[in-house]
Amino acid sequence: MKLIIAIIRENQLDQVREALIDAGITRITVSHVSGHGRAKREETEEIYRGQVVIPNLVPNIRLEIAVNDNFVDPTCNAILSATRANEGGLVGSGKIFIMPLEQVIRVRTGEKGPDAI
Amino acid sequence: MKLTRRVLPGLILLIMLIAPSDLLAQDAPPAIDSGATAWMLTSAALVLLMIPGLAMFYGGLVRTKNVLGTMMHSFAAMGIMTVLWVVCGYAMAFGPNILGGWFGWNSDYFLLSGIDETIMPAGIPEYVFSMFQAKFAIITPALIAGAFAERVSFKSYCIFIALWGLLIYNPLCHWVWASDGFLFNLGAKGAIDFAGGTVVHISAGVSGLVAAIYLGARKSFPHLPMRPNNLVMTMIGAGLLWVGWFGFNAGSSIASGLSTAQALTATQVAAAAGALAWIIIEGFHRGKATALGFASGVLSGLVAITPAAGVVQPGGAMALGILATIICYLAIQLKEKLHYDDTLDAFGIHGVGGIVGAIFLTFFIRDSWMNEAAAAAGSWSVIQQLGVQALAVGIAIAYAGLGTLLILFILNKIVPLRSSAEAEMQGLDNHYHGERGYGMTNPN
Repeated sequence: MKLIIAIIRENQLDQVREALIDAGITRITVSHVSGHGRAKREETEEIYRGQVVIPNLVPNIRLEIAVNDNFVDPTCNAILSATRANEGGLVGSGKIFIMPLEQVIRVRTGEKGPDAI
Repeated sequence: MKLTRRVLPGLILLIMLIAPSDLLAQDAPPAIDSGATAWMLTSAALVLLMIPGLAMFYGGLVRTKNVLGTMMHSFAAMGIMTVLWVVCGYAMAFGPNILGGWFGWNSDYFLLSGIDETIMPAGIPEYVFSMFQAKFAIITPALIAGAFAERVSFKSYCIFIALWGLLIYNPLCHWVWASDGFLFNLGAKGAIDFAGGTVVHISAGVSGLVAAIYLGARKSFPHLPMRPNNLVMTMIGAGLLWVGWFGFNAGSSIASGLSTAQALTATQVAAAAGALAWIIIEGFHRGKATALGFASGVLSGLVAITPAAGVVQPGGAMALGILATIICYLAIQLKEKLHYDDTLDAFGIHGVGGIVGAIFLTFFIRDSWMNEAAAAAGSWSVIQQLGVQALAVGIAIAYAGLGTLLILFILNKIVPLRSSAEAEMQGLDNHYHGERGYGMTNPN
Protein backbone atom coordinates (compact mmCIF):
# COMPACT_ATOMS: atom_id res chain seq x y z
CA MET A 1 0.00 0.00 0.00
CA LYS A 2 1.19 3.49 -0.84
CA LEU A 3 0.09 6.98 0.08
CA ILE A 4 0.28 9.33 -2.89
CA ILE A 5 0.41 13.02 -2.10
CA ALA A 6 0.21 15.31 -5.11
CA ILE A 7 0.60 19.08 -5.11
CA ILE A 8 -1.01 20.58 -8.22
CA ARG A 9 -2.17 23.93 -9.53
CA GLU A 10 -5.56 25.11 -8.33
CA ASN A 11 -6.88 25.45 -11.87
CA GLN A 12 -6.06 21.84 -12.70
CA LEU A 13 -8.14 20.25 -9.98
CA ASP A 14 -11.16 19.63 -12.20
CA GLN A 15 -9.27 17.89 -14.96
CA VAL A 16 -7.14 15.84 -12.57
CA ARG A 17 -10.24 14.72 -10.74
CA GLU A 18 -11.88 13.72 -14.02
CA ALA A 19 -8.79 11.80 -15.11
CA LEU A 20 -8.64 9.98 -11.76
CA ILE A 21 -12.30 9.05 -11.98
CA ASP A 22 -11.70 7.72 -15.50
CA ALA A 23 -8.85 5.62 -14.10
CA GLY A 24 -11.20 4.18 -11.48
CA ILE A 25 -9.84 6.16 -8.53
CA THR A 26 -12.61 7.94 -6.69
CA ARG A 27 -11.53 7.89 -3.02
CA ILE A 28 -9.53 11.01 -2.52
CA THR A 29 -8.89 13.82 -0.02
CA VAL A 30 -8.42 17.36 -1.35
CA SER A 31 -7.18 20.37 0.56
CA HIS A 32 -6.24 23.97 -0.16
CA VAL A 33 -2.64 24.63 0.74
CA SER A 34 -0.12 27.42 0.26
CA GLY A 35 3.44 26.87 -0.71
CA HIS A 36 6.45 27.85 -2.71
CA GLY A 37 8.02 25.83 -5.48
CA ARG A 38 9.96 26.75 -8.57
CA ALA A 39 7.19 28.74 -10.25
CA LYS A 40 8.29 31.98 -11.89
CA ARG A 41 7.20 35.21 -10.26
CA GLU A 42 5.15 36.50 -13.20
CA GLU A 43 2.93 33.46 -13.24
CA THR A 44 1.60 34.07 -9.77
CA GLU A 45 1.14 37.81 -9.81
CA GLU A 46 -2.09 39.39 -8.61
CA ILE A 47 -3.21 42.98 -8.95
CA TYR A 48 -4.75 45.11 -6.20
CA ARG A 49 -5.63 48.75 -6.98
CA GLY A 50 -3.11 48.82 -9.77
CA GLN A 51 -0.29 47.45 -7.65
CA VAL A 52 1.18 44.14 -8.69
CA VAL A 53 1.43 41.76 -5.76
CA ILE A 54 3.61 38.66 -5.96
CA PRO A 55 2.57 36.34 -3.16
CA ASN A 56 5.58 34.59 -1.69
CA LEU A 57 3.36 31.65 -0.88
CA VAL A 58 0.98 30.70 -3.64
CA PRO A 59 -2.25 28.73 -3.27
CA ASN A 60 -2.12 25.14 -4.48
CA ILE A 61 -4.18 22.00 -4.22
CA ARG A 62 -3.00 18.96 -2.28
CA LEU A 63 -4.41 15.55 -3.11
CA GLU A 64 -4.03 12.58 -0.81
CA ILE A 65 -4.80 9.18 -2.28
CA ALA A 66 -4.20 5.87 -0.53
CA VAL A 67 -3.81 3.05 -3.06
CA ASN A 68 -2.84 -0.59 -3.33
CA ASP A 69 0.48 -1.13 -5.05
CA ASN A 70 -0.97 -2.02 -8.44
CA PHE A 71 -2.85 1.31 -8.52
CA VAL A 72 0.23 3.49 -8.02
CA ASP A 73 1.10 3.77 -11.69
CA PRO A 74 -2.44 4.38 -12.99
CA THR A 75 -2.90 7.09 -10.37
CA CYS A 76 0.34 8.86 -11.17
CA ASN A 77 -0.24 8.56 -14.91
CA ALA A 78 -3.71 10.05 -14.59
CA ILE A 79 -2.36 13.03 -12.65
CA LEU A 80 0.54 13.53 -15.03
CA SER A 81 -1.46 13.30 -18.23
CA ALA A 82 -4.19 15.58 -16.90
CA THR A 83 -1.77 18.27 -15.74
CA ARG A 84 0.33 18.14 -18.92
CA ALA A 85 -2.78 18.65 -21.00
CA ASN A 86 -3.06 22.19 -19.69
CA GLU A 87 0.04 24.38 -19.33
CA GLY A 88 1.96 21.41 -17.95
CA GLY A 89 5.06 22.77 -19.64
CA LEU A 90 5.31 25.70 -17.25
CA VAL A 91 7.63 25.58 -14.28
CA GLY A 92 5.72 25.07 -11.05
CA SER A 93 3.12 22.53 -12.10
CA GLY A 94 3.54 20.62 -8.87
CA LYS A 95 4.97 17.39 -7.49
CA ILE A 96 3.87 13.88 -6.65
CA PHE A 97 5.17 12.23 -3.49
CA ILE A 98 4.78 8.48 -3.03
CA MET A 99 5.37 6.93 0.36
CA PRO A 100 4.86 3.55 1.94
CA LEU A 101 1.67 3.16 3.89
CA GLU A 102 1.95 1.02 6.97
CA GLN A 103 -1.66 0.36 7.81
CA VAL A 104 -5.19 1.33 6.74
CA ILE A 105 -8.23 0.82 8.98
CA ARG A 106 -11.79 1.42 7.85
CA VAL A 107 -13.48 3.26 10.71
CA ARG A 108 -16.96 1.79 10.29
CA THR A 109 -16.03 -1.90 10.19
CA GLY A 110 -12.54 -2.05 11.64
CA GLU A 111 -11.26 -3.82 8.47
CA LYS A 112 -7.51 -3.54 8.07
CA GLY A 113 -5.00 -3.66 5.24
CA PRO A 114 -5.47 -3.56 1.43
CA ASP A 115 -9.18 -4.43 1.68
CA ALA A 116 -9.85 -1.28 3.65
CA ILE A 117 -8.51 1.06 0.98
CA MET B 1 -45.94 53.15 -13.94
CA LYS B 2 -49.66 53.90 -13.71
CA LEU B 3 -49.17 57.57 -13.20
CA THR B 4 -46.75 58.02 -16.06
CA ARG B 5 -49.85 57.84 -18.23
CA ARG B 6 -50.71 61.21 -16.77
CA VAL B 7 -47.19 62.42 -16.27
CA LEU B 8 -45.58 61.81 -19.62
CA PRO B 9 -47.95 63.45 -22.08
CA GLY B 10 -47.69 66.61 -19.98
CA LEU B 11 -43.95 66.29 -19.84
CA ILE B 12 -43.55 65.84 -23.57
CA LEU B 13 -45.91 68.71 -24.25
CA LEU B 14 -43.86 70.84 -21.90
CA ILE B 15 -40.65 69.96 -23.68
CA MET B 16 -42.13 70.60 -27.09
CA LEU B 17 -43.27 74.01 -25.89
CA ILE B 18 -39.99 75.06 -24.40
CA ALA B 19 -37.57 73.43 -26.80
CA PRO B 20 -37.78 75.86 -29.75
CA SER B 21 -37.53 79.00 -27.66
CA ASP B 22 -34.98 77.44 -25.34
CA LEU B 23 -36.77 78.97 -22.40
CA LEU B 24 -37.10 76.88 -19.33
CA ALA B 25 -40.65 77.02 -18.13
CA GLN B 26 -40.18 80.01 -15.94
CA ASP B 27 -43.73 81.20 -16.20
CA ALA B 28 -45.51 78.57 -14.15
CA PRO B 29 -43.27 75.67 -13.23
CA PRO B 30 -45.16 72.84 -11.52
CA ALA B 31 -44.61 73.05 -7.78
CA ILE B 32 -42.29 70.47 -6.28
CA ASP B 33 -44.19 67.93 -4.24
CA SER B 34 -41.62 67.38 -1.55
CA GLY B 35 -43.34 64.23 -0.26
CA ALA B 36 -43.33 62.54 -3.65
CA THR B 37 -39.80 63.76 -4.36
CA ALA B 38 -38.51 62.42 -1.05
CA TRP B 39 -40.03 59.01 -1.69
CA MET B 40 -38.76 58.87 -5.26
CA LEU B 41 -35.25 59.80 -4.12
CA THR B 42 -35.48 57.01 -1.56
CA SER B 43 -36.79 54.61 -4.20
CA ALA B 44 -33.95 55.45 -6.57
CA ALA B 45 -31.51 54.62 -3.76
CA LEU B 46 -33.39 51.42 -2.88
CA VAL B 47 -33.34 50.16 -6.46
CA LEU B 48 -29.62 50.88 -6.65
CA LEU B 49 -29.20 48.81 -3.48
CA MET B 50 -30.63 45.85 -5.37
CA ILE B 51 -27.60 45.73 -7.63
CA PRO B 52 -24.97 45.09 -4.94
CA GLY B 53 -27.67 42.80 -3.53
CA LEU B 54 -27.76 40.92 -6.83
CA ALA B 55 -23.95 40.85 -6.90
CA MET B 56 -23.97 39.16 -3.48
CA PHE B 57 -26.84 36.85 -4.38
CA TYR B 58 -25.16 35.67 -7.58
CA GLY B 59 -21.63 35.90 -6.15
CA GLY B 60 -22.40 33.50 -3.35
CA LEU B 61 -23.87 30.92 -5.72
CA VAL B 62 -20.87 30.36 -7.98
CA ARG B 63 -17.67 28.45 -7.23
CA THR B 64 -14.94 30.13 -5.17
CA LYS B 65 -12.76 30.85 -8.18
CA ASN B 66 -15.51 32.86 -9.90
CA VAL B 67 -16.90 34.91 -7.03
CA LEU B 68 -15.35 38.24 -7.99
CA GLY B 69 -15.91 37.78 -11.71
CA THR B 70 -19.59 37.15 -11.05
CA MET B 71 -19.95 40.10 -8.69
CA MET B 72 -18.20 42.26 -11.27
CA HIS B 73 -20.96 41.43 -13.76
CA SER B 74 -23.37 43.39 -11.58
CA PHE B 75 -20.94 46.16 -10.70
CA ALA B 76 -19.80 46.59 -14.32
CA ALA B 77 -23.46 47.02 -15.27
CA MET B 78 -23.70 49.92 -12.80
CA GLY B 79 -20.88 51.67 -14.63
CA ILE B 80 -21.77 50.85 -18.23
CA MET B 81 -25.53 51.24 -18.07
CA THR B 82 -25.44 54.48 -16.07
CA VAL B 83 -23.15 56.16 -18.58
CA LEU B 84 -25.21 54.90 -21.53
CA TRP B 85 -28.44 55.94 -19.87
CA VAL B 86 -27.27 59.51 -19.42
CA VAL B 87 -25.81 59.70 -22.93
CA CYS B 88 -28.73 58.26 -24.86
CA GLY B 89 -30.71 55.64 -22.92
CA TYR B 90 -33.16 58.08 -21.35
CA ALA B 91 -33.76 59.74 -24.70
CA MET B 92 -34.36 56.37 -26.38
CA ALA B 93 -36.68 55.12 -23.67
CA PHE B 94 -38.69 58.22 -22.86
CA GLY B 95 -38.39 60.48 -25.90
CA PRO B 96 -41.23 60.69 -28.43
CA ASN B 97 -41.55 57.89 -31.03
CA ILE B 98 -39.12 57.78 -33.91
CA LEU B 99 -38.48 55.08 -36.56
CA GLY B 100 -42.12 54.05 -36.46
CA GLY B 101 -42.08 53.70 -32.68
CA TRP B 102 -39.12 51.29 -32.47
CA PHE B 103 -37.76 53.54 -29.76
CA GLY B 104 -37.99 57.17 -28.79
CA TRP B 105 -35.65 60.09 -29.19
CA ASN B 106 -35.44 63.56 -27.76
CA SER B 107 -32.21 65.43 -28.30
CA ASP B 108 -32.88 67.48 -25.16
CA TYR B 109 -32.26 64.34 -23.16
CA PHE B 110 -28.73 63.94 -24.53
CA LEU B 111 -26.52 64.01 -21.42
CA LEU B 112 -29.77 64.97 -19.67
CA SER B 113 -28.94 68.58 -20.55
CA GLY B 114 -32.53 69.58 -21.25
CA ILE B 115 -33.94 68.53 -17.89
CA ASP B 116 -31.64 70.53 -15.65
CA GLU B 117 -34.49 72.53 -14.15
CA THR B 118 -37.49 70.47 -15.20
CA ILE B 119 -40.11 69.68 -12.62
CA MET B 120 -42.45 66.95 -13.82
CA PRO B 121 -46.24 67.30 -13.50
CA ALA B 122 -46.07 64.65 -10.76
CA GLY B 123 -44.21 67.25 -8.71
CA ILE B 124 -40.78 65.64 -8.82
CA PRO B 125 -37.64 66.92 -10.57
CA GLU B 126 -37.15 65.04 -13.80
CA TYR B 127 -33.62 64.16 -12.70
CA VAL B 128 -35.16 61.97 -10.02
CA PHE B 129 -37.38 60.14 -12.50
CA SER B 130 -34.48 59.71 -14.90
CA MET B 131 -32.15 58.34 -12.22
CA PHE B 132 -34.90 56.07 -10.86
CA GLN B 133 -35.39 54.63 -14.34
CA ALA B 134 -31.61 54.35 -14.83
CA LYS B 135 -31.47 51.79 -12.02
CA PHE B 136 -33.91 49.57 -13.93
CA ALA B 137 -31.68 49.79 -17.00
CA ILE B 138 -28.75 48.68 -14.80
CA ILE B 139 -30.34 45.73 -13.08
CA THR B 140 -31.86 44.16 -16.20
CA PRO B 141 -28.62 43.24 -18.00
CA ALA B 142 -27.07 42.37 -14.63
CA LEU B 143 -29.82 39.75 -14.21
CA ILE B 144 -28.88 38.14 -17.54
CA ALA B 145 -25.36 37.53 -16.24
CA GLY B 146 -26.73 34.80 -13.98
CA ALA B 147 -27.57 32.64 -16.99
CA PHE B 148 -24.03 32.43 -18.39
CA ALA B 149 -22.05 32.95 -15.18
CA GLU B 150 -18.73 31.16 -14.77
CA ARG B 151 -17.93 30.97 -18.49
CA VAL B 152 -18.23 34.37 -20.16
CA SER B 153 -15.30 36.58 -21.05
CA PHE B 154 -15.38 39.86 -19.14
CA LYS B 155 -14.65 42.05 -22.13
CA SER B 156 -17.32 40.55 -24.34
CA TYR B 157 -19.79 40.63 -21.43
CA CYS B 158 -19.25 44.39 -21.17
CA ILE B 159 -19.81 44.91 -24.91
CA PHE B 160 -22.80 42.57 -24.84
CA ILE B 161 -24.66 44.40 -22.10
CA ALA B 162 -23.98 47.76 -23.73
CA LEU B 163 -25.49 46.54 -27.03
CA TRP B 164 -28.28 44.72 -25.23
CA GLY B 165 -29.19 47.84 -23.28
CA LEU B 166 -29.31 49.96 -26.41
CA LEU B 167 -31.07 47.54 -28.73
CA ILE B 168 -33.29 45.46 -26.45
CA TYR B 169 -33.90 47.24 -23.16
CA ASN B 170 -34.43 50.79 -24.38
CA PRO B 171 -36.97 49.88 -27.09
CA LEU B 172 -38.87 47.54 -24.72
CA CYS B 173 -38.89 50.19 -22.01
CA HIS B 174 -40.19 52.69 -24.55
CA TRP B 175 -42.96 50.40 -25.78
CA VAL B 176 -44.22 49.55 -22.32
CA TRP B 177 -43.73 52.75 -20.31
CA ALA B 178 -43.48 55.76 -22.61
CA SER B 179 -46.82 57.46 -23.15
CA ASP B 180 -46.66 56.83 -26.90
CA GLY B 181 -45.28 53.28 -26.64
CA PHE B 182 -47.50 50.82 -28.47
CA LEU B 183 -47.81 48.33 -25.60
CA PHE B 184 -48.67 51.21 -23.26
CA ASN B 185 -51.66 51.92 -25.47
CA LEU B 186 -52.74 48.36 -26.17
CA GLY B 187 -56.36 47.49 -25.31
CA ALA B 188 -58.55 49.59 -23.06
CA LYS B 189 -56.02 50.79 -20.54
CA GLY B 190 -52.73 49.39 -21.80
CA ALA B 191 -50.80 46.20 -21.16
CA ILE B 192 -50.28 46.08 -17.41
CA ASP B 193 -46.62 46.15 -16.45
CA PHE B 194 -46.46 48.12 -13.26
CA ALA B 195 -42.77 47.87 -12.45
CA GLY B 196 -41.14 45.75 -15.11
CA GLY B 197 -42.43 42.20 -15.40
CA THR B 198 -42.02 42.24 -19.18
CA VAL B 199 -39.42 44.97 -19.53
CA VAL B 200 -37.08 43.72 -16.83
CA HIS B 201 -37.75 40.14 -15.84
CA ILE B 202 -39.13 38.47 -18.97
CA SER B 203 -36.63 40.23 -21.22
CA ALA B 204 -33.68 39.40 -18.94
CA GLY B 205 -34.82 35.83 -18.35
CA VAL B 206 -35.46 34.99 -21.99
CA SER B 207 -32.25 36.69 -23.13
CA GLY B 208 -30.39 34.77 -20.44
CA LEU B 209 -31.81 31.48 -21.66
CA VAL B 210 -30.83 32.26 -25.25
CA ALA B 211 -27.33 33.30 -24.16
CA ALA B 212 -26.85 30.25 -21.92
CA ILE B 213 -27.74 27.90 -24.77
CA TYR B 214 -25.70 29.89 -27.29
CA LEU B 215 -22.56 29.86 -25.15
CA GLY B 216 -22.98 26.22 -24.22
CA ALA B 217 -22.67 24.55 -20.85
CA ARG B 218 -19.75 25.03 -18.47
CA LYS B 219 -16.95 22.54 -18.69
CA SER B 220 -17.80 19.53 -16.51
CA PHE B 221 -21.50 20.42 -16.41
CA PRO B 222 -23.45 18.50 -15.25
CA HIS B 223 -21.29 15.51 -14.31
CA LEU B 224 -19.21 17.27 -11.65
CA PRO B 225 -21.07 18.93 -8.80
CA MET B 226 -20.57 22.70 -8.69
CA ARG B 227 -21.50 23.98 -5.30
CA PRO B 228 -22.18 27.54 -4.13
CA ASN B 229 -19.12 29.06 -2.47
CA ASN B 230 -20.92 31.15 0.13
CA LEU B 231 -24.63 30.83 0.79
CA VAL B 232 -24.37 33.31 3.66
CA MET B 233 -23.54 36.00 1.14
CA THR B 234 -26.38 34.78 -1.07
CA MET B 235 -28.83 35.12 1.82
CA ILE B 236 -27.64 38.67 2.55
CA GLY B 237 -28.01 39.46 -1.14
CA ALA B 238 -31.54 38.04 -1.21
CA GLY B 239 -32.36 40.20 1.80
CA LEU B 240 -31.04 43.32 0.09
CA LEU B 241 -33.04 42.46 -3.02
CA TRP B 242 -36.23 42.12 -0.98
CA VAL B 243 -35.67 45.48 0.72
CA GLY B 244 -34.66 47.14 -2.55
CA TRP B 245 -37.78 45.79 -4.24
CA PHE B 246 -39.90 48.26 -2.25
CA GLY B 247 -38.21 51.00 -4.24
CA PHE B 248 -38.59 48.97 -7.43
CA ASN B 249 -42.33 48.39 -7.05
CA ALA B 250 -43.65 51.07 -4.72
CA GLY B 251 -41.42 53.65 -6.42
CA SER B 252 -42.94 52.76 -9.77
CA SER B 253 -46.10 54.60 -8.73
CA ILE B 254 -44.05 57.81 -9.31
CA ALA B 255 -45.94 59.26 -6.38
CA SER B 256 -46.13 59.07 -2.65
CA GLY B 257 -49.70 58.17 -1.88
CA LEU B 258 -52.36 55.52 -2.11
CA SER B 259 -50.99 53.70 -5.16
CA THR B 260 -47.56 53.58 -3.46
CA ALA B 261 -49.05 51.92 -0.41
CA GLN B 262 -50.99 49.43 -2.54
CA ALA B 263 -47.87 48.43 -4.43
CA LEU B 264 -45.77 48.16 -1.28
CA THR B 265 -48.29 45.89 0.42
CA ALA B 266 -48.68 43.62 -2.58
CA THR B 267 -44.88 43.33 -2.82
CA GLN B 268 -44.41 42.25 0.77
CA VAL B 269 -47.27 39.74 0.64
CA ALA B 270 -46.14 38.11 -2.60
CA ALA B 271 -42.54 37.75 -1.45
CA ALA B 272 -43.53 36.15 1.83
CA ALA B 273 -46.08 33.81 0.23
CA GLY B 274 -43.62 32.80 -2.46
CA ALA B 275 -40.90 32.01 0.07
CA LEU B 276 -43.21 29.94 2.27
CA ALA B 277 -44.57 28.06 -0.73
CA TRP B 278 -41.04 27.18 -1.85
CA ILE B 279 -39.91 25.67 1.44
CA ILE B 280 -43.20 23.78 1.79
CA ILE B 281 -42.88 22.29 -1.72
CA GLU B 282 -39.25 21.49 -1.08
CA GLY B 283 -40.09 19.95 2.26
CA PHE B 284 -42.49 17.54 0.60
CA HIS B 285 -40.28 16.89 -2.42
CA ARG B 286 -36.82 16.55 -0.84
CA GLY B 287 -37.59 16.39 2.86
CA LYS B 288 -35.69 19.56 3.78
CA ALA B 289 -36.39 23.27 3.72
CA THR B 290 -33.26 24.91 2.36
CA ALA B 291 -32.02 28.46 2.83
CA LEU B 292 -31.43 28.83 -0.91
CA GLY B 293 -34.97 27.57 -1.46
CA PHE B 294 -36.37 30.27 0.80
CA ALA B 295 -34.35 32.91 -1.04
CA SER B 296 -35.49 31.54 -4.41
CA GLY B 297 -39.11 31.66 -3.25
CA VAL B 298 -38.68 35.27 -2.16
CA LEU B 299 -37.37 36.11 -5.61
CA SER B 300 -40.03 34.25 -7.57
CA GLY B 301 -42.75 35.93 -5.50
CA LEU B 302 -41.16 39.35 -6.00
CA VAL B 303 -40.67 38.80 -9.74
CA ALA B 304 -44.29 37.72 -10.19
CA ILE B 305 -45.69 40.70 -8.30
CA THR B 306 -43.54 43.18 -10.21
CA PRO B 307 -45.91 43.63 -13.16
CA ALA B 308 -48.94 43.30 -10.92
CA ALA B 309 -48.17 45.42 -7.86
CA GLY B 310 -50.30 48.33 -9.04
CA VAL B 311 -53.45 46.38 -9.83
CA VAL B 312 -53.83 43.49 -7.37
CA GLN B 313 -54.97 43.40 -3.77
CA PRO B 314 -53.15 41.43 -1.05
CA GLY B 315 -55.19 38.26 -1.72
CA GLY B 316 -54.21 38.35 -5.37
CA ALA B 317 -50.60 39.09 -4.44
CA MET B 318 -50.53 36.03 -2.20
CA ALA B 319 -51.96 33.86 -4.96
CA LEU B 320 -49.49 35.20 -7.51
CA GLY B 321 -46.55 34.62 -5.17
CA ILE B 322 -47.56 31.02 -4.51
CA LEU B 323 -48.35 30.29 -8.16
CA ALA B 324 -45.05 31.77 -9.34
CA THR B 325 -43.13 29.68 -6.84
CA ILE B 326 -44.85 26.46 -7.90
CA ILE B 327 -44.18 27.09 -11.59
CA CYS B 328 -40.59 28.32 -11.04
CA TYR B 329 -39.89 25.21 -8.94
CA LEU B 330 -41.19 23.00 -11.74
CA ALA B 331 -39.22 24.96 -14.34
CA ILE B 332 -35.98 24.38 -12.42
CA GLN B 333 -36.78 20.66 -12.12
CA LEU B 334 -37.31 20.64 -15.88
CA LYS B 335 -33.92 22.31 -16.39
CA GLU B 336 -32.31 19.32 -14.70
CA LYS B 337 -33.97 17.11 -17.30
CA LEU B 338 -33.23 19.25 -20.35
CA HIS B 339 -29.56 19.82 -19.41
CA TYR B 340 -29.21 23.40 -20.55
CA ASP B 341 -26.81 25.29 -18.33
CA ASP B 342 -28.67 28.35 -17.00
CA THR B 343 -26.09 28.67 -14.23
CA LEU B 344 -28.02 30.72 -11.67
CA ASP B 345 -31.54 30.26 -13.06
CA ALA B 346 -31.97 33.68 -14.58
CA PHE B 347 -34.64 32.14 -16.83
CA GLY B 348 -36.00 29.70 -14.25
CA ILE B 349 -36.78 32.48 -11.76
CA HIS B 350 -36.93 35.77 -13.65
CA GLY B 351 -38.20 34.59 -17.03
CA VAL B 352 -40.73 32.10 -15.72
CA GLY B 353 -41.77 34.20 -12.71
CA GLY B 354 -42.20 37.26 -14.91
CA ILE B 355 -44.37 35.37 -17.39
CA VAL B 356 -46.51 33.90 -14.60
CA GLY B 357 -46.99 37.33 -13.03
CA ALA B 358 -47.78 39.17 -16.25
CA ILE B 359 -50.32 36.55 -17.41
CA PHE B 360 -52.05 35.55 -14.19
CA LEU B 361 -52.32 39.04 -12.73
CA THR B 362 -55.29 39.38 -15.10
CA PHE B 363 -57.44 37.27 -12.80
CA PHE B 364 -56.73 39.36 -9.71
CA ILE B 365 -57.14 42.92 -11.00
CA ARG B 366 -59.00 45.15 -8.52
CA ASP B 367 -62.48 46.21 -9.58
CA SER B 368 -61.73 49.93 -9.75
CA TRP B 369 -59.12 49.32 -12.46
CA MET B 370 -61.51 47.19 -14.51
CA ASN B 371 -64.21 49.86 -14.12
CA GLU B 372 -61.84 52.53 -15.41
CA ALA B 373 -60.88 50.31 -18.33
CA ALA B 374 -64.54 49.63 -19.08
CA ALA B 375 -65.27 53.35 -18.94
CA ALA B 376 -62.43 54.03 -21.36
CA ALA B 377 -63.37 51.35 -23.88
CA GLY B 378 -67.13 51.03 -23.41
CA SER B 379 -66.82 47.53 -22.00
CA TRP B 380 -63.81 45.49 -20.97
CA SER B 381 -63.57 41.91 -19.77
CA VAL B 382 -60.94 39.86 -18.03
CA ILE B 383 -60.54 37.73 -21.14
CA GLN B 384 -59.87 40.79 -23.28
CA GLN B 385 -57.22 41.97 -20.82
CA LEU B 386 -55.75 38.44 -20.77
CA GLY B 387 -55.34 38.72 -24.53
CA VAL B 388 -53.55 42.05 -24.12
CA GLN B 389 -51.25 40.61 -21.44
CA ALA B 390 -50.48 37.51 -23.49
CA LEU B 391 -49.70 39.64 -26.52
CA ALA B 392 -47.36 41.89 -24.51
CA VAL B 393 -45.61 38.85 -23.02
CA GLY B 394 -45.32 37.21 -26.43
CA ILE B 395 -43.84 40.35 -27.96
CA ALA B 396 -41.34 40.72 -25.10
CA ILE B 397 -40.27 37.05 -25.41
CA ALA B 398 -39.93 37.21 -29.18
CA TYR B 399 -38.14 40.56 -29.28
CA ALA B 400 -35.74 39.82 -26.41
CA GLY B 401 -35.04 36.27 -27.60
CA LEU B 402 -34.44 37.02 -31.27
CA GLY B 403 -32.66 40.31 -30.58
CA THR B 404 -30.31 38.66 -28.11
CA LEU B 405 -29.57 35.86 -30.55
CA LEU B 406 -28.69 38.40 -33.24
CA ILE B 407 -26.43 40.40 -30.91
CA LEU B 408 -24.67 37.24 -29.73
CA PHE B 409 -24.21 35.96 -33.27
CA ILE B 410 -22.65 39.18 -34.53
CA LEU B 411 -20.63 39.93 -31.39
CA ASN B 412 -19.23 36.41 -31.27
CA LYS B 413 -17.68 36.96 -34.71
CA ILE B 414 -15.75 39.97 -33.40
CA VAL B 415 -15.04 39.18 -29.75
CA PRO B 416 -15.44 35.54 -28.64
CA LEU B 417 -18.01 35.48 -25.86
CA ARG B 418 -16.98 32.26 -24.27
CA SER B 419 -13.97 32.16 -21.94
CA SER B 420 -11.10 29.96 -22.99
CA ALA B 421 -11.02 26.52 -21.39
CA GLU B 422 -7.96 27.65 -19.48
CA ALA B 423 -9.68 30.75 -18.09
CA GLU B 424 -12.66 28.69 -17.09
CA MET B 425 -10.54 26.23 -15.15
CA GLN B 426 -8.35 28.87 -13.61
CA GLY B 427 -11.40 30.85 -12.58
CA LEU B 428 -12.66 34.18 -13.85
CA ASP B 429 -11.34 36.05 -10.79
CA ASN B 430 -7.71 35.42 -11.42
CA HIS B 431 -7.86 35.25 -15.19
CA TYR B 432 -9.81 38.41 -15.94
CA HIS B 433 -9.31 40.46 -12.81
CA GLY B 434 -5.99 39.31 -11.38
CA GLU B 435 -7.45 38.94 -7.91
CA ARG B 436 -8.87 36.39 -5.52
CA GLY B 437 -12.13 36.70 -3.63
CA TYR B 438 -11.08 35.02 -0.44
CA GLY B 439 -7.37 35.74 0.01
CA MET B 440 -7.66 35.61 3.78
CA THR B 441 -8.20 31.87 3.77
CA ASN B 442 -4.63 31.38 2.60
CA PRO B 443 -1.83 31.88 5.12
CA ASN B 444 -0.18 34.44 2.87
